[in-house]
Amino acid sequence: MIAIDLPTIWAFIIAFAVFVYVVMDGFDLGLGILFPLFPKKEDRDVIMNSVAPVWDGNETWLVLGGGGLMAAFPLAYAVLMPALYTPMIVMLLGLVFRGVAFEFRWRTTRERNRWDIAFAGGSLLATLAQGIALGAILQGIQVSGRHYAGGWWDWLTPFSILTGVALVIGYALLGSTWLVMKTEGELRDRAYQLSWLLLVAMLCAIGIVSIATPFLHVQYTHRWFAWPNIILTAPVPVAVAAVTVMLLRSLANKYDYQPFFLTLALFALSYAGLGISMYPYIVPQSITIWQAASPENSQLFMLVGVAILIPLILGYTAWAYWVFRGKVKAESGYH
Amino acid sequence: MFEGWDAVVLARAQFAFTMSFHIIFPAFSIGLASYLAVLEALWLWTGREVFINLFNYWLKIFAVAFGMGVVSGIVMSYQFGTNWSAFSDKTGPVIGPLMAYEVLTAFFLEAGFLGVMLFGLDRVGPKLHFFATLMVAVGTLISAFWILSANSWMQTPTGHALNAEGQFIAVDWFKVIFNPSFPYRLVHMVLAAYLTTALVVGAVGAWHLLRDPHLAGPRVMFSMAMWMATIVAPLQILAGDQHGLNTLEHQPVKIMAMEGHFQSHKDGAPLILFGWPNQAAGRMDYAIEVPKLGSLILKHSLDAPMAGLDTVPRENWPPVPITFWSFRIMVGMGLLMVGLGLLSLLMRFRGTLYNSRLLHIFAVAMAPSGFIAVLAGWITTETGRQPFTVYGLLRTVDSASPLAAPAVASSLIAFIIVYFVVFTAGVIYLLRLMAQPPHHGEEGPRSDVPARAAGITPAAGVAAEGAIR
Repeated sequence: MIAIDLPTIWAFIIAFAVFVYVVMDGFDLGLGILFPLFPKKEDRDVIMNSVAPVWDGNETWLVLGGGGLMAAFPLAYAVLMPALYTPMIVMLLGLVFRGVAFEFRWRTTRERNRWDIAFAGGSLLATLAQGIALGAILQGIQVSGRHYAGGWWDWLTPFSILTGVALVIGYALLGSTWLVMKTEGELRDRAYQLSWLLLVAMLCAIGIVSIATPFLHVQYTHRWFAWPNIILTAPVPVAVAAVTVMLLRSLANKYDYQPFFLTLALFALSYAGLGISMYPYIVPQSITIWQAASPENSQLFMLVGVAILIPLILGYTAWAYWVFRGKVKAESGYH
Repeated sequence: MFEGWDAVVLARAQFAFTMSFHIIFPAFSIGLASYLAVLEALWLWTGREVFINLFNYWLKIFAVAFGMGVVSGIVMSYQFGTNWSAFSDKTGPVIGPLMAYEVLTAFFLEAGFLGVMLFGLDRVGPKLHFFATLMVAVGTLISAFWILSANSWMQTPTGHALNAEGQFIAVDWFKVIFNPSFPYRLVHMVLAAYLTTALVVGAVGAWHLLRDPHLAGPRVMFSMAMWMATIVAPLQILAGDQHGLNTLEHQPVKIMAMEGHFQSHKDGAPLILFGWPNQAAGRMDYAIEVPKLGSLILKHSLDAPMAGLDTVPRENWPPVPITFWSFRIMVGMGLLMVGLGLLSLLMRFRGTLYNSRLLHIFAVAMAPSGFIAVLAGWITTETGRQPFTVYGLLRTVDSASPLAAPAVASSLIAFIIVYFVVFTAGVIYLLRLMAQPPHHGEEGPRSDVPARAAGITPAAGVAAEGAIR
């Protein structure tokens, strides 16, 4: 019998929330990143309308990730947030700009261009900051006692910039394959071309980050390459290769849905790789999930809610996506 | 730059600034979501076109306000970690789950059904659409429930213990959630949100009635809003009085600051109407007071003794001038609201509700009064519980992150600049929407495309039926 280990369960719940956030807000942030490449007003209207009904729900997963981390692993939240101070603030401000743009750009003709820039710039900044934060966590954080002990620029390294750029590419690919799925005609053709370019760039980024990560810490190298771990870790790169082949074929065949969902699979695999590198640390090399865990009765109290509510949430979220299914038409400015 | 500044003071300034900006939007959208649900229900029930026009009119405004509330709210959920990491570590096991439940039961519900509420009437039909509207309205209220529970626990902590790491842990979740000040704070805030919305709706209605007293939409919304003011404003004074008595029981020092009671009074404390609190000297300058009335209000007896701040160590004093004055501003707004409600009742019985310029000008002037009262009330309660974050147990100075002042100062400046740019634009767009009267065939959000003929909604059956009546 395996004993039920609450911190492990909660690590998976938080990881799940963050993953759902990454793929759901990922594509709508990606649309913001791609916005400058679609200068026509009609195209931009379609792009905006393709996510307008759901972006708010997508972003709620970020609040769950943050709030859940504070509740389930308060020590990790208390150490990570000051360590990632600047990227976090930049991300929040970026999200402010892009979030209000969804409503503001329809309320003005004269200033619409300004909010389009806010949407694109905010999305780009928020994504870059999230990627940098990821790199900063992976490369390790100075801790003393129950506090962050480093400076407020520690997060800035070549590695964190690399992960920042990689995430921008990744979200842009999610965005372009989303457009392939949700749009028609000339706009969809442009999205196809972009998907090709972005896929190549994404594969390069995955490759470089994968090669660089094991050099950060001996533990990462050990985790991935030592016997017998390699039996468990080797399937990840193999699966990445397989998904890549399928993704290339689906793009070549100009399928509607496959490119988006295969890109999601690529994200899932990269994310699993990340989990393999980090587990069981929540602050790499210094704090494990057991050290950071809040008391059992806090984790248990929330687990009841999660077990009942997350399936419900996934249910009505899926319904909302179903209601707005299908291609977004150019003339359906008023849904 | 900023090397000599106190990082904790800067972090407090940042919290006060971002929180004050944020609370404006939920205070409005909690009430507006319920109002929209009422309008849609009336439309479904009566089939009168005026209700769907009003619904779509306020829906556009709701979309903009809600968006601003969401983005400024995400900032709040991360600020606990960035600026108040010691607080997060110590209280995370207790208030973290409350906030997690807020996300799970409220934020997802609102966000999940918002898309359908804003854009989905054509796609799901009126009944399911009404259900979505209802879910959004219920979501805003559930959200208020959890966040006010968390705040109230910080004010009147119960049901907890301390563990070896110095963290608060829950012993009894029921006592944590339903802590002593929570029911009072919840009622007071929800009523405040409803009043805030009613005053905005009433002001917009009055603004258009001043130009043309015959417009159907403005007449309906003005009448509805004035009923709310007439009924809810006096109820709010009652709720506030009860909340005050609860505060006297659990946070007496806050009451001393609100009342400006520096000195103890053995046989009946005065009610200080106005004055200038002199915190350094520990006395009230230029006080205008009514003898013994303070004891009568707070203890229901003229001669009841009341302790003053002279019984409290100086290091536990809240900033008295802010607490004292913000409280008076809130009460002043509340009394004006009761006045508006009574005047509207008088005009209603005289049959001049839609023609009284005096009433309409008064109502327009009262448009921001709800927001002012909400802000002043929160400043009272949050300043009055200083110098603690968890009342009596965790001091504010021991709650902050180990950050250098320049880091906090830079982010504070960034927030100030961004918020002023973004939210000024937002408020301008809101006012622009409100400046147009609701009209026949009013459309929902995304109506930048040329207006179509009326009756395009798939609910045409209902709309047509309404048109016939």
